[in-house]
Amino acid sequence: MSKSSDQTTGRETQTGVSDQSARRLTIKILRHNPQDSASEPRFEAFELDEAPGMTLFIALNQIRDEQAPSLQFDFVCRAGICGSCGMLINGRPGLACRTLTSKMAPAITLAPLPVFKLIGDLSVDTGAWARQMGERLKTWVHQESEPDIDRLEERMEPDRAEAIYELDRCIECGCCIAACGTARMRRDFVGAAGINKMARFRLDPRDERSDEDFYELVGSDDGVFGCMTLLGCNDVCPKELPLQTQLAFMRRKMARVK
Amino acid sequence: MLASRLPARLDVLQSASGVFLALFMWLHMFFVSSILLGKDAFWHVARFFEGYHIFGKPYPILVSGFALFVFVMFIFHAALAMRKFPADYREYSTFRKHAGELKHGDTTLWFVQVYTGFAMFFLGSVHLYTMMTRPESIGPYGSADRIVTDWYWPLYLLLLFAVELHGSIGLYRVAVKWGWLEGRNSAATRRNMKRAKWLVTVFFLALGLLSLAAYIKIGIDHRDNYGEHYVPASLSVPLEPRQ
Repeated sequence: MSKSSDQTTGRETQTGVSDQSARRLTIKILRHNPQDSASEPRFEAFELDEAPGMTLFIALNQIRDEQAPSLQFDFVCRAGICGSCGMLINGRPGLACRTLTSKMAPAITLAPLPVFKLIGDLSVDTGAWARQMGERLKTWVHQESEPDIDRLEERMEPDRAEAIYELDRCIECGCCIAACGTARMRRDFVGAAGINKMARFRLDPRDERSDEDFYELVGSDDGVFGCMTLLGCNDVCPKELPLQTQLAFMRRKMARVK
Repeated sequence: MLASRLPARLDVLQSASGVFLALFMWLHMFFVSSILLGKDAFWHVARFFEGYHIFGKPYPILVSGFALFVFVMFIFHAALAMRKFPADYREYSTFRKHAGELKHGDTTLWFVQVYTGFAMFFLGSVHLYTMMTRPESIGPYGSADRIVTDWYWPLYLLLLFAVELHGSIGLYRVAVKWGWLEGRNSAATRRNMKRAKWLVTVFFLALGLLSLAAYIKIGIDHRDNYGEHYVPASLSVPLEPRQ
């Protein structure tokens, strides 16, 4: 493919078509390596030309390739499925791979998600958080008897399966936790991801736990009654999960437990 | 050992007491704003709550009793709501920084709840104690004298903003908290509720400011006759209240 060049700016686009309106982006990144005792948290600014269809994920890769080889950030799928690239984008949690730079002002500030353990720069350990949440809330199907793995599973109504799947779309990216004022203030709060999990297992007919059992897990001020309905979780969720509805649903169910 | 059911009960009671107080404040504003219809209208509203239209004589103790009940609910709600306040400076500054960065409407609204709630600890207590101990003074002249000559107007001005913001934000938050009226499209319902919340706030603030202005005007005109009770056109002598 032959590349054309713009006479005025001299810039070239990925498609080879000159783009007079290409912007110069300034991306300020909070950098810190907690493994290095000499490292001090600081902002570093990087400049680059915006390309058509550029996401923050693409921009970060370009910065790492061309300007800052030591820059740490996570990604796997590049398609909003794995939940690895969650970060604070201009103070708001979101996925780098799902954020188009064209939708933003040319000055962009990136920081790691709070609450989670910092690995370095924009990389945080959401896995450790999700694991402790899963263990604490026992987020798996509970059955009294051993399931017979040689037998076909009980059939489930398609509507029910659909509803469970809807809540199962959570990718544990950590955005809801980082956007939650309660989780920021109170580290033991289970957050929307945890309460959504409980709602998911409560829906599942294979899970034999009663509301009394779920109350033992989330019926406290660290659980559903600690939620202050700030709804930052609902409003930043990259998967657009119905967190507002699920938080209210679990609150109603838990409040009725005798 | 089973987990305590207390967090669930306290959460329900916090919402219930808040809804009671918010709805009461709406009614209260309508009663207070009857001054805009004239001195006689407010005089009748004030005497109505003293049982004048039922017993033929006013019994201000009825107002004292109700004010005491509202005061108890007010303290009860404040105690329950305080559980959610930032517990120390670290929590406060963390939340403040978070709200500043996130720039998220509902997160900011909660901060407004904290500030207005805190202000009402003091402003609301002064008003409720006065209503409990001086119920017979409630009337076109008595209330206006209190507002102007007794210097209650700055307190009522602040209290008006605190109450109207706190009450309407509180009702909106309780509705989304428990999923009331959510319907099939929770996002659209929430948007509409928020819009309604602002309309209600503006309406009651306007009504409150107009009423306060009316009392201030009466109070200024009545400054030289401080302490005198209003006698409506239908009566020739002031009423003797019964305690």
